[in-house]
Amino acid sequence: MNVKVFGLGKAFSFHPREICDLKQEGQLHPIVRTILQRLLLGLFTLFVVSVIIFSSIELLPGDFGEAVLGQAATEDTVAAFRRELGLDQPAYMRYANWIGGVVQGDFGTSFSGRSSSGVDRSRAVVDLIAPRLKNTLFLASMTALIAVPLALFLGVTAALYRNSIYDRIVNVFTLTTIATPEFFVAYILILLFASLNPWFPSLANINENMAFGEKLYKTALPSLTLTLVIVAHMMRMTRAAIINLLASPYIEMARLKGVSASKIILFHALPNAWAPIATVIAFNLAYLVVGVVIVEAVFIYPGVGQLLVDAVRTRDMPVVQAATLFFAATYIVLNLIADIIGIITNPRLLHPR
Amino acid sequence: MSERDRGTKGDILLDMKNVVIDGFSDERWHEIIKGIDLTLRRGEVLGLIGESGAGKSTLGLAAMGFVRPGCRLTSGEIHFDGMELRSMPERHKQKLWGTRIAYVAQSAAAAFNPAHKLIDQTIEIALRNGQTSEKEAQADAIDLYRAMQLPDPENIGFRFPHQVSGGQLQRAMTAMAMASRPDLIIFDEPTTALDVTTQVNVLAAMRDAVERFNTAAIYITHDLAVVAQMADRIKVLRYGVEMEEAETRKMLTAPENEYTKSLWSVRSIYKEPQTSDDNIIEINGVDAAYGKGENVLHDVNIKIPRGKTVAIVGESGSGKSTMARVVTGLLPQNRGEVLFNGEKLPPRLKDRSKEQLRKIQMIYQMADTAMNPRQTIKDIIGRPLEFYFGHKGADQEAKVLELLEMIELDESFMDRLPEELSGGQKQRVCIARALAANPELIICDEVTSALDQIVQEGILQLLLKLQTDIGVSYIFITHDIATVQAISDEIVVMLQGKVVEQGLKSEIMEPPYPEYTQLLLSSVPEMDPDWLTELLKAREGV
Repeated sequence: MNVKVFGLGKAFSFHPREICDLKQEGQLHPIVRTILQRLLLGLFTLFVVSVIIFSSIELLPGDFGEAVLGQAATEDTVAAFRRELGLDQPAYMRYANWIGGVVQGDFGTSFSGRSSSGVDRSRAVVDLIAPRLKNTLFLASMTALIAVPLALFLGVTAALYRNSIYDRIVNVFTLTTIATPEFFVAYILILLFASLNPWFPSLANINENMAFGEKLYKTALPSLTLTLVIVAHMMRMTRAAIINLLASPYIEMARLKGVSASKIILFHALPNAWAPIATVIAFNLAYLVVGVVIVEAVFIYPGVGQLLVDAVRTRDMPVVQAATLFFAATYIVLNLIADIIGIITNPRLLHPR
Repeated sequence: MSERDRGTKGDILLDMKNVVIDGFSDERWHEIIKGIDLTLRRGEVLGLIGESGAGKSTLGLAAMGFVRPGCRLTSGEIHFDGMELRSMPERHKQKLWGTRIAYVAQSAAAAFNPAHKLIDQTIEIALRNGQTSEKEAQADAIDLYRAMQLPDPENIGFRFPHQVSGGQLQRAMTAMAMASRPDLIIFDEPTTALDVTTQVNVLAAMRDAVERFNTAAIYITHDLAVVAQMADRIKVLRYGVEMEEAETRKMLTAPENEYTKSLWSVRSIYKEPQTSDDNIIEINGVDAAYGKGENVLHDVNIKIPRGKTVAIVGESGSGKSTMARVVTGLLPQNRGEVLFNGEKLPPRLKDRSKEQLRKIQMIYQMADTAMNPRQTIKDIIGRPLEFYFGHKGADQEAKVLELLEMIELDESFMDRLPEELSGGQKQRVCIARALAANPELIICDEVTSALDQIVQEGILQLLLKLQTDIGVSYIFITHDIATVQAISDEIVVMLQGKVVEQGLKSEIMEPPYPEYTQLLLSSVPEMDPDWLTELLKAREGV
């Protein structure tokens, strides 16, 4: 009996015997070992990034206390504020405190909500970011659910009908959307689908109390905007990765066995093309999480991007640090997944000699 | 599998008339097949031979009604069992391909899809036709693997291509071609990428399969001795034109065409073996490994006499090239020493003096990749002149001219780029570049194996002449025994990183042999159509 995963081809089908091979006599299968290595490497990268984030904020000129409390604050209040936040301690101590908290899930307290009057309405960073993060991930997943299958479909079909009218239309259309600034795409969509034809709302101001369906309806236009922005890249890489393989001797062999063109693309080329495709998909998914602030702004969407921009403006450093760390982690995790897909779809690595 | 009506043996199966095929290169169409007729009867094997560029593969593929991208069939007719393939739409041809006409590619390692198990690729077409269940198809594939004498036929199909050796892959590919019991198989240089010892088994398995299933075949190769074992008739091609066609025995004993006669001319060079006690290189007890891996050389001892040629022979993976890397300093040995003119050579390249570097030069198999494509021939040869001797300007040009003369090229080559040269001319330029350093030892790593027979002969003659003129010593790494016969004084036989024996050519090539030398030498195909049959009989007898 074989366990099969659609589309990934037979490289993904296991005999039960092979699965047992994965853990032979206490020895780790090379794949598991490689994945563990990558994981450790990812953690290390995250640590380096946290140091970079922290030190670049250290390099900003000016005094946080004055910036946050305002010009009116007395020197005593500022000093007290600095002491309270631990700003009087040396940088390495503050880094250790911060990272120590982060490891335990405590990202500190926001600077905002404090004032020279001494009234403290500040909130924990986690409480500020968590709902925004949920919104960002919601928009990103909705977009990914449309964009990734669409890009794969367009890429595979464009490779199949390469140099045909269809291929050209797909290429021209996706290139146009990627070459157009995203805010412009957003405004065009608002014009077409919210203003001229009032099918969707132009504001995507969702909140936690909304039902899933309503959220979906409200995020339709931002999702569509982002889809148009990211499809071209993924589609073109899928097409290129497949066409690149079509000159291989094993593709000619498949043709000479009488395999039809569509089966050649799906079963002979695609299974060997996952690594580059996965890399580009990971890159674009990361963009959906970390790079969508302009689209958020156009649709007044309450995502992390907006929060980060606000936090930078108000010098709310704990929020800035937490958001950037989260962005870095997103990049690292998505690229890690792409790496792992590249490894396990390569039978040379999955099934060593 | 249901037995198709196969017609009677002797009926005409394939009839190609006046086939013309164009190829596109240098911005225009060239004729690469210039009007060839080909007839094949059921159960018959036709050998198609010629040098690279003769159009053998193109013609073989055209027999399936297939032309590679960048080529076009401009005129002619291809009748397969009464059907005209040239005008047949692709989707109809797809039904013939893999079922009635099958193809066996040159490099099985590249022609199997790395993402799928062998058996899934073997039964792909049987499943497409929907006549059999997966289980039946697998059982049949396993039978075929057994018929091809693959080890562990029940399980080998469940491996991925990279988990199986080259010779086994080539047999598995023949099994794949046989899976639908086709009427016609096109073998396109199926053993060219294999070692001679492996080739014997693959040839035997293929011949057996063709006979057992009474399949007609077109066998494409550049090796006359190989085709003599397989084919009933032989057709010789050159530059897309038929030179000669005859029954195999007649072709071998009495070729009529001048070109056909020249095809085995390499085998006519012979050098009287000599030796000398004055050794230019002594390799003593060398072990070497790549990275932290296991040793690939084990206690290697080799002596290279001054002014002589030592051929190192062995299969791929026997450590021939690794040994050359140790001598040149590209791979420092883990143990042992290399003496050059009695002095110890530092293991690492960067510890060696300029003089030591100058005196040992290398020539590679692929002249293409061993030259900078953006440099003119003058620059390529001039570089070592400047580096080792400081020759510049007019002085350098005069020296380059002198070297070009030695390799029998004229001064018009000075300003050309490598891509404007033929394969043989490129290899000559590489020889001149090595000579420019005025070396005492040249290591030739498979320098003729990418070249055609006639060109090979020219290069070998040149190397011999240079040795007589300037007394340079050669280490000649090759797997081609015919080349070894032609130019060596001494022979070193290597197997799995160890030296099996070293001695004068006349001693090594005469019995008694160590077991492995015997295997190696007996595996070299001979121009006798009965050679394979006799050899298999003899081996079974042992």
